[in-house]
Amino acid sequence: MKTIATTRSAMGIPTGRLAVWWVLVSEIVIFGGLLACYVMNRIAHVEWAEQAAHTNTWAGAFNTLILLSSSLSAVLAHQAAEKGDGAKAARLLYTTCLGGLIFLIVKSFEWTHEIREGFTIQSGGFWSYYYTAAGLHAFHVIAGMLVMLAVASTAKKNQELHRVENVGIYWHFVDLVWIFLFPLLYIAK
Amino acid sequence: MLDRLVPSASSYSSDVDQLIWLVTVIVGAWFIAAEAMFFWLMFRFRARDGVKAQYITGKEKHLKRWIDIPHGLVLVFDVVIIIAAVRVWVLIKQTLPAADRTVRVVSQQWAWTFQDPGADGQLDTPDDIRTTDKLHVEVGKTYHFLLESKDVLHSFFIPAFRLKHDAVPGRIHTGWFKATKTGDYDILCAEICGVGHGVMGADLVIDTPETFQAWVHSNTPEATLASTDGAAMGASTDSTSATAGQQ
Amino acid sequence: MAHHSDADAHHAGSAHHGHEEPGFIKKYLWSTDHKMIAFQYMFTGMLMAVLGAFMAYVFRMQLAFPGNPVPGFGVVSPGEYNALITNHGSIMIFWVAMPVLIAGFGNYLIPLMIGADDMVFPRINRLSYQMFALSVVILIASLLVQNGGFGGAWTAYPPLSANKLYNLTPLGSTLWLLAVAVEFVAFLLGGINFIVTAMNSRAPGMKAFDVPILVWTIVIASILFMASVGPLVAGAVMLLFDQTLGTSFFNPGKGGDPILWQHLFWFFGHPEVYVVMLPAVGIVAEVITVFSRKKLFAYKTVIYTIVATGVLSFFVWAHHQFVAGIDPRMANVFTVTTVLISIPIAEMLFVYIATLYGGSIRFTTPMLWALAFIAEFLVGGVTGIYLGASGADIHFHDTYFVVAHFHYTFFPIAIIAVMAGVTFWFPKMFGRYLNEFWGKVHFWGTIIPFNGIFIPLFVLGAAGEHRRIFDYHNFPHLAQPWMQHLRMVATISLLVMLAFQFVFLVNYLVSMFAGKKAEKNPWRSNTLEWTADSPPPHGNWPELPTCYRGPYEYSVPGRAEDFWPQNEKT
Repeated sequence: MKTIATTRSAMGIPTGRLAVWWVLVSEIVIFGGLLACYVMNRIAHVEWAEQAAHTNTWAGAFNTLILLSSSLSAVLAHQAAEKGDGAKAARLLYTTCLGGLIFLIVKSFEWTHEIREGFTIQSGGFWSYYYTAAGLHAFHVIAGMLVMLAVASTAKKNQELHRVENVGIYWHFVDLVWIFLFPLLYIAK
Repeated sequence: MLDRLVPSASSYSSDVDQLIWLVTVIVGAWFIAAEAMFFWLMFRFRARDGVKAQYITGKEKHLKRWIDIPHGLVLVFDVVIIIAAVRVWVLIKQTLPAADRTVRVVSQQWAWTFQDPGADGQLDTPDDIRTTDKLHVEVGKTYHFLLESKDVLHSFFIPAFRLKHDAVPGRIHTGWFKATKTGDYDILCAEICGVGHGVMGADLVIDTPETFQAWVHSNTPEATLASTDGAAMGASTDSTSATAGQQ
Repeated sequence: MAHHSDADAHHAGSAHHGHEEPGFIKKYLWSTDHKMIAFQYMFTGMLMAVLGAFMAYVFRMQLAFPGNPVPGFGVVSPGEYNALITNHGSIMIFWVAMPVLIAGFGNYLIPLMIGADDMVFPRINRLSYQMFALSVVILIASLLVQNGGFGGAWTAYPPLSANKLYNLTPLGSTLWLLAVAVEFVAFLLGGINFIVTAMNSRAPGMKAFDVPILVWTIVIASILFMASVGPLVAGAVMLLFDQTLGTSFFNPGKGGDPILWQHLFWFFGHPEVYVVMLPAVGIVAEVITVFSRKKLFAYKTVIYTIVATGVLSFFVWAHHQFVAGIDPRMANVFTVTTVLISIPIAEMLFVYIATLYGGSIRFTTPMLWALAFIAEFLVGGVTGIYLGASGADIHFHDTYFVVAHFHYTFFPIAIIAVMAGVTFWFPKMFGRYLNEFWGKVHFWGTIIPFNGIFIPLFVLGAAGEHRRIFDYHNFPHLAQPWMQHLRMVATISLLVMLAFQFVFLVNYLVSMFAGKKAEKNPWRSNTLEWTADSPPPHGNWPELPTCYRGPYEYSVPGRAEDFWPQNEKT
C-alpha cells in the first residue's frame, strides 16, 4: 500500500534515500555530541591516558577490518540490487550481517576481559565514555543488522530492491562512526 | 525604578538598575510603537462594504522602507544595549577589586554556612567565626566571597545587591561586593536543590563599623579569645601579635 | 525539477481498489492515515494540556494560599510542589506544544497543503505516534511510583538529577528521563516524514516558493530539532547512566562536570523554543492572509527570517548560563548573539503587521487568535532583551521575571496560535462549523486573564522573587503583603482562565457532532487543503491537484473573486 506521496520525487532523489540521509544527520549530531564531550574531557584529564592503555588495540584493529569488509559486502549487495539480482543482494546482505555479528562477538570478549580485570563502567571518567560510546555504537550495529535482515528477506523475492542501497548507506555510517571511535578509544594512549 | 521594588544596597546595584532602566526605555518605546501601529492598522483596514483589499507584494519601495528602516534601527538599538550590558557585566563579573575582607560562603542541602575571618582578618585561622543562615558584613568595605557547594548546584542570590552566582560542587567561585547601606536583607538560593530549596534562605546583616566590631568580638570562638588575649580586642589588630599564639 | 512517477497519473484511490471499510481498531487506533495520526497526536496533546493545567492550578493555589489543602489535591508538600512544577513544564513543552503544533498540524496539513495523498512513510508515521504514546505512559508512570515524580525542574541539572541521595525520587527521576528520551525518538522519526514529504511529494507545479509558510515552518522546525537534539540525546544517555550505572559524567566527586549537562541541555534547549515557535508563526501567517484578504507581505523575507532565526538559535544557548560558572568572557559573546537574534524575529513580526496594511480585515475567531498572538508575543520578545543583556540577567536569572517572559512567548505559541489553528481548520477536519459567538467568548475569557496571571509575575520577579519555591513566607522581604496580594491576583486570574476553557471544550465537542455543516472552502482560502472535501477522505482527493501559483494570491486586481486557489488553472 504505497502512497503516491512515497513515489514522487520533486527533489530528484528517491524518497527512501533522502530519508536515510536525514536519519544520518540526526545520528551525526548524536554521536558528534557524545564524542565532542569525550574529546574535551580527554584533553582536560591527562590521567585518562593511563586508563586508556588497558584497551585492546588489536581487537579494535581487527574489528575495524571486519567492519570495513562488511561495508564492502554492502556495496556489492547494492551493485547486485541495481542489476536486479535480488537473491545475490540478499546473500551479500547476510554476509554484511555476519560481519556485524563477528564485530559484536569480538567486542563481547573484549568487554568481558576488561570487566574481569576490574575496568567497569563505574571505574571512572574514561571508562564511562568508553563503554557508553562503544555501547551506543554497538546498539546501532544491532539495529542495522535487524533492518538488514528484514530488507534481505524482501530483496530475495526481488522486491523493494532500492532498500538495499538505503540500508547500505546506514551501514556505512555505522562503519564511519567506528572509524572515529577506534583512534579515540584505542589508539590515543 | 527598581529600587522601589527591592532596596539598592551595593556599590553596583545602581549600575544594574540603570541598565534595566535603559533597556526599559528602549524596548518600551519599540513595544508601544509596534503595538500602536498594529492596532491602528487593524482599525484602519477593517472590512468595509465595497472596499476591496489591495494587492501588495512587499517589493514596493515606499512600503518596504517601513520594514527596512525599523530593521536597521533595531540593529542600532541592539548595539547600544549590548554595550551597556557588557559594561555592567565587566564591572561585576570581570573585575575583582582588592578585598578588605574575604568570607567563605558554603551552600549545601539545605542551609548556608558562612565563615568570617574573625578579628585577625585571615580565613582559616582559629579565630574564624562560623555562622549558619546569617551573614554579617561591614558597610563600605569591599568583600570577596568564596562560593562553594558541598553537594548539588545552589545559587547565591542577594537581591538588594543585584548579586547572583551559582555554587557548583567541585569548584570555588570568587566574587565581590561592597555594601553601601546598613540593614537586614534576604539571601536566597536561586537554583533548585531538592525538597528543601524552599526553606534555604539566610539573613544578610549589614553593620556599621562599630556594630560589626562588636559582633566580631562577641562571636570570636572562646578558645582564641583566651589564647590571644589583648590582641582580639579593639579595632586595630596588630597582625604579628594576633598570629603569635596560633599554629 | 520534479520527477513524477507513473503512479501519479493514477487516482489516489487506485491503491485502495477493493479496499473494505476498516474496522474500529484499524481506523482509529492502528491507522496509517496521516489525518488520523494527526488526531491521535492532537487529542493526546490536548489531554496532556489538561494534566499540565491541573498541575499549574495546584501549585498556583499553593502559592496564593500556602499550606491550605488545594481542592482536588490536598495539602501540597515541598517535594510534591517541586514535582508539580517540573512536570508542568515538561508536559507543556514536550507533550503539548510539540505534538499539537508539529505532529498534529504537521501531519494533518502537510500532505493536504502540498497536494499529496499521505505522508511518504505512513507506517513509520504510525510508529512515531506509538512511540510518543509510550512516552506518555512512561511519564505518567513516573508520577505514580514510590517516592513520587521527579522534582528537579524540566532542566534536570545534575548532581541533583543524577543522584538519588540528593533528589530522593530514584524511580521518578529515571522514568522521567526515559519518557523524555522516548519522546525525542518519536519526534526524530516523525520529523523524517515531514521533511522528506515536503521536499519530495509536492504537487506537480508546486515550486519551493509556492509552498505555504506553514509547511516551510514545520519543515525547518523539524530540521532544527534534528540538528539540535543529538547532543542532548547523548547527554540523556549519560545522565541515565549516571543515575543507574554509577558512571561519572556529571559527578564532580569522580572527575565529572555538572556544567557539561547544562551545555548539552541548552544547546538543544534554545533551538527547541524556535522548534515550537516556527509552526506557531506559520499558523498565524495562514490565518492573517485569509482574513485580511492579502498576500503575505514579502514572503521570501519571511523565509529568510525563519532560516536566519533557526541558524542563529544555535549560537545563543549560554544566555541560560550567564551566572552558572561559565567563563565570564564567554558571557559577552552570548550577550551579543542573543540580543542580535531579536533582529530577524522583529523583522518577521513587522512583516506580519505590514500584511494588515491595505487589507480588508474580518475579525473571525481564528483571526482574533492570530492577532492576539502577535500582540502578546511582542511582550515576550521585548522582555527577553532584559535577560539577554548579561548585566541585567544577574538580577533576573531564576526569578519570576524569567517565568513571565517565557510564558509570554510559550503561551502565544502553545495556546494562542494553536487555537487560531484549531478554530481555522475545524471545518476542514470535521466538516462542521464551531460556534462563532462562544468562540469569541472563549477568546476574551482566555486572553484577558492570561495577562492577569503574568503581569504580576514580572513585578514579583523584578522585586527578587526567585523560582521554584513552594512558600515565600520563609523569606522576610518576599513575605511582604503587597507581594502576596500579587500572587493571589495571578492565581485568581488563572482560575478565571481555566473556567473559560470549559466553554471551548463544550463548543469543540458539540460542534464536532452537531455543528452547522461546512462546505469545502468556508473561508475562501487559496491553499490546497481547502479543495478537498470537509473532511477529506482516505487518500484526500480522488484525483491529486496540480499547482499553478503561490499560496497568497488574494485580491488580485482585475479578477472577479478576491481569492485564487492554487489548483485553479486560470
